Amino acid sequence: MNYMLLSIFIFPVGLLWGQTPSGDDILKKVDQNMFSETRIILSRMVIHGERNSRTVEVKSWQRGTSEAFSEFLAPVRDKGTKMLKLQDMLWTYSPTTDRTILISGHMLRQSLMGSDLSYEDMMEDPHLPNLYRASLSSEEIVNGNLCWVLDLSAKKEEIAYYTRRIWVDKKRYVVWKENLYARSGKLLKTMDVRELMEVQNHWIAKSILYKDALKAGEGTEFFVDSIVLDAAIPDYIFSKAALKK
Amino acid sequence: MIRFLLKGLLRDRSRSLFPILIVTTGVMLIVFLHAWLNGAMSSIMQATARFKTGHVCIMSRAYAEKAEQIPNDLALLGIDTLLSAVKQNYPDLLWTPRILFGGLLDVPDEKGETKEQAPVSGMGVDLLSADSPEWKILNIRPALVSGALPARHGDILIAAGLAEKLHLQPGQQATLISSTMYGSMTFANFNISGIVRLGLGSLDRSAIIVDLFDVQQALDMNSGAGSIIGFFRDDLYHDEQAEIITSNFNGQHLNTADRFSPIMATLRNASGLADYLDLIDSISGEVLAIFILIMSIVLWNAGLIGGLRRYGEIGLRLAMGENKKHVYQSMIFESLMIGIIGSLIGTTLGLGFAFYLQIYGIDVGSMMKNSTMMISDVIRARVEPLTFVIGFIPGVLATFLGSAVSGIGIFKRQTSQLFKELEI
Repeated sequence: MNYMLLSIFIFPVGLLWGQTPSGDDILKKVDQNMFSETRIILSRMVIHGERNSRTVEVKSWQRGTSEAFSEFLAPVRDKGTKMLKLQDMLWTYSPTTDRTILISGHMLRQSLMGSDLSYEDMMEDPHLPNLYRASLSSEEIVNGNLCWVLDLSAKKEEIAYYTRRIWVDKKRYVVWKENLYARSGKLLKTMDVRELMEVQNHWIAKSILYKDALKAGEGTEFFVDSIVLDAAIPDYIFSKAALKK
Repeated sequence: MIRFLLKGLLRDRSRSLFPILIVTTGVMLIVFLHAWLNGAMSSIMQATARFKTGHVCIMSRAYAEKAEQIPNDLALLGIDTLLSAVKQNYPDLLWTPRILFGGLLDVPDEKGETKEQAPVSGMGVDLLSADSPEWKILNIRPALVSGALPARHGDILIAAGLAEKLHLQPGQQATLISSTMYGSMTFANFNISGIVRLGLGSLDRSAIIVDLFDVQQALDMNSGAGSIIGFFRDDLYHDEQAEIITSNFNGQHLNTADRFSPIMATLRNASGLADYLDLIDSISGEVLAIFILIMSIVLWNAGLIGGLRRYGEIGLRLAMGENKKHVYQSMIFESLMIGIIGSLIGTTLGLGFAFYLQIYGIDVGSMMKNSTMMISDVIRARVEPLTFVIGFIPGVLATFLGSAVSGIGIFKRQTSQLFKELEI
């Protein structure tokens, strides 16, 4: 009798357990949705400072996770500045000095063009499963969408954000919200997706608010104006020679 | 009476030699220590004033809150009007705008790509105006080790340690990588016109000195400055006068709601040295008190031994009818004379050592290799009027206290027992 009762209760619980994916499985699905072999993106950053707000426009070419090339189109002062990421090296070209300069050390932790993002954020491996272990924490509604709440903990020691909490859309496997923490547990940055768009069967964030929790101000708004996935990008784009062109 | 006591002291060396030696040693140490601490503190204040805050410093309220972080995004803008106003209203001071900044100095290879890089502490100062006070304030000319002084826009001076690290020579080009006041990454090419040794370890490792206009262009700070600093024309910091000027200026700029309105602070407050200086003052006072206590105990002990040795003499004087109070007073007078003589000798010796170190100093550069303190590599003693008299306080006070305590025994002698004690 007792075994009968036990099997009646355990069976449906077991069924439900089997239907809920693990944190790592959800993270892999998020990664699959995000990943494409190449990307060409035209984006805008509206940076809200203490004195004023300014808009930075960038065109980027990305291939895999280790190659990226960006050219700043606006404002006038930054126009023509180019950046090249090759593996873990970041090179930048400034037309005013006609110099190709390696960005390294503490400069990588500096703010990217005064925004709430750092160069280190740009250099990070975008494949979260390579960097973090995920555990499913709870479910919450964000922007009217039912989300899984995942707690990510770093697999490696040398990482900018030791833990993260992300809110993943249950239907589209896209991240709506993200909090990034230091090893001490201090909140360092937040990211809130405001609008999504579907491009070639991938759900992509179209409008995002980044906020450096350690800085005053209203944060940085990031807009994707256009994006092309899996386009052919010539090899020379990802070479130092392209910086001076 | 004084002559009589003095003769007694000179003729009976056992009464005076030991106490004078103690007082001389103690006073010499105090005089020397005072001059040395004074010199070290002056060095810190002078270096902080020259390279950081001036004797008074005007910043925006927002900048002042985070001044240690050098937040150029919160800098003063449109400084020309403010600069003219302070020059007119406070003519006792020399006024000049400054921009402090950080970044990297990048040295190119033959292809124009990065060969070497090092972090730098930059100072944007007025180098090219004919009437710039910076030449005097920063004392740049004597600091030039090689090359020439900046003569045109784009010329910079770099510190000797930095030049050595990056293998740079005058005439070479380097690129400054920094952030504009709006946070964008910025690059600017400069010509190394000269190499300077400023005499401060922290700066000689990483400093670059750039003309203010060039920094304004590079950091997108047109007509802006991190601070406007003021210097008393005699190059000495006058705290009371600085406080008066600061209160007067801040009284005229009371718009606390505007985070970018100007606010003035004195060297003590702007540099964060106030607590440090108060601590040093308090430590000096404590050291003085400890010296007085130790010397008093030693002299008290010496007085007791002397009292025992002079037991018969005192007894005889009492037996001859000299009153106890008079004997006690004469002993106090004796001790005061010992105190004055010891203090004179100790002060002379202490001043001798202090004057020697005021001229030659001690090179502590090797001990300050990793220090970020604004302190000169060569620390010199500094003799001031107080140094001439400070030793007399413990010197005279300690001998007085020592004799006063040990002499109490005089009042315990019973006149009726004196002849018995003296075995007459």
